[in-house]
Amino acid sequence: MSLRSDSDPNYAKPLTRLIDRVAGPLDFAGYEAENGYATLRRIVKEMSPADVQGVVRASNLRGRGGAGFPTGVKWSLIPMGPDAGAKYLVCNADEMEPGTFKDRLLMEQVPHQLVEAMMIAGYAIQATAGYIFLRGEYVTAEKRLNEALAAARAAGYVGANVLDGPWSFDIHVHTGAGRYICGEETALINSLEGRRATPRAKPPFPQIAGAWGRPTIVNNVETLSNLPHIVANGPDWFKALSEGKSQDSGTKMYGCSGRAAKPGCWELPIGTTARELLEVHAGGMKDGRRLKAWLPGGGSTDFLLPEHLDLAMDYETIQKAGSRMGTGQITVVAENQSIISAVRNLEEFFARESCGWCTPCRDGLPWSVKILQAIEQGRGQADDLDVLSKLTRWLGPGKTFCPHAPGAMEPLQSALKFFRAEFEAGLAPAPAAASAKTA
Amino acid sequence: MTEAVLKIVDPRAAAFELSADERREIEHEMSHYPDPRAASIEALKVVQKHRGWVPDAAIAPIAAVLGISAADLEGVATFYSLIFRHPVGRHVIKVCDSISCHLTGYDELREELSRQLGVRYGETTRDGRFTLLPICCLGACDRGACLMIDDDLHGPVEPTEVAKLLEPYA
Repeated sequence: MSLRSDSDPNYAKPLTRLIDRVAGPLDFAGYEAENGYATLRRIVKEMSPADVQGVVRASNLRGRGGAGFPTGVKWSLIPMGPDAGAKYLVCNADEMEPGTFKDRLLMEQVPHQLVEAMMIAGYAIQATAGYIFLRGEYVTAEKRLNEALAAARAAGYVGANVLDGPWSFDIHVHTGAGRYICGEETALINSLEGRRATPRAKPPFPQIAGAWGRPTIVNNVETLSNLPHIVANGPDWFKALSEGKSQDSGTKMYGCSGRAAKPGCWELPIGTTARELLEVHAGGMKDGRRLKAWLPGGGSTDFLLPEHLDLAMDYETIQKAGSRMGTGQITVVAENQSIISAVRNLEEFFARESCGWCTPCRDGLPWSVKILQAIEQGRGQADDLDVLSKLTRWLGPGKTFCPHAPGAMEPLQSALKFFRAEFEAGLAPAPAAASAKTA
Repeated sequence: MTEAVLKIVDPRAAAFELSADERREIEHEMSHYPDPRAASIEALKVVQKHRGWVPDAAIAPIAAVLGISAADLEGVATFYSLIFRHPVGRHVIKVCDSISCHLTGYDELREELSRQLGVRYGETTRDGRFTLLPICCLGACDRGACLMIDDDLHGPVEPTEVAKLLEPYA
């Protein structure tokens, strides 16, 4: 598969245009030959940090890690000026959201794109150092990013006195050692500091007091990878990439996995429908089965139904339907698969990955797993559905430091809403004596 | 003072010594951060890379290099699932148990692995060849059901392919 044929400067797939899986990852010479690092050279010479921030803000780029927060607004909270002191840029490359497989592709195939992007972001906020917080299992990405950084450092693009200017900025790859919670922004900062990855209370927000108590920006791999293209081509170009499918700007690394015929990851205009992802790109459901339910963007998003397939996959539209776009990587469940088993699998994951800091999360998630296991085995108790409903509230937003527990409750609450009969079918038949008593 | 206390708490601490390579690699990682303790996870990984796991006796010497207390580092070492606090086999199999693999044959794959190896999660085969562990979504959902053996990603893996897949890992 070659995507490199598109030589139009107004290319519609900026993030993946340079990916050629046959030829392998693009090395330093290859990236430079494709105009790589030209944007960095230009901004260091011609643009002020405020100019760069202005372009990104005007582009309406929104965080691609799941929350969708406008990147330019996040950056604008960072103190600027000569007395601002040490500031840090952190790339969240801890991709562990169940069903999400997009950042791996970008890092393994076009590592220099991320390096240039981090240099641009670092320049815009005048950061003193950058870290790529990479999950430890991504060994290929680690190797390629370190190679890319070494080459970019040797060429003067990264490190002390970038392109012989006054600004110094080096980037290091920090690899993790497991635990999904590290993807949560404040837990990630604790882990970066070499501590247990428990979340921190907000405020203060990381933009004010993050890593080592200093102003810190945490951006996702895909979010950052857009920057060289936005700055090179301008906000209007970026807005037009969604081709009128959405109010949001740019493209999105969409994916489809689970019981699909041809699972995959594709860069498409933001606002593309889930139906197009499933039916056109993923070749429909496997073995001609019918779709039962789908997660729009990871394990911590509410299930949607086949009737929602024609919705635009963007932040507002999916939210209005009662879920979240999340990472935009959909997971499809087939008609013959158990929704109870799927939810049990998800809650087992969240229970195991809870950091244990907050009681509702630490105790509530294993509780939900026990009940779901019982229902799965047909021995659920009469009040189990009531308890599950209560758990979705007790573990809901505002009860814990971070969004881990509320996220875990999203697939459960939506499954209870859409598939109640399947839950009821898992309740044990009432014992005869009890029935007689109530009669 | 601290050292004396540690010796009382864990007499084996004296028996453990970081190699020159380990110390150098840990110090290199420390140089990347404004605060050296930021390298604690990487320091644990350095020792694990050289020895396969992180023995209790290693905690105090590593903590001394980082300039933090052994108790503090112990807290870090027990938090992260991929820091091994028991000896593991020559090869570690990490089976993705997240939703996309669950929907594409994870249960059957795990059962077949357990059957062929004779171990459950967290256990090592008697010949010391394989340790079997579950792992968070490996970010290879288009290749479910998938797993990693050491640094190699494999997927999709059918239960019938397990024997052949394990063969090269002696």
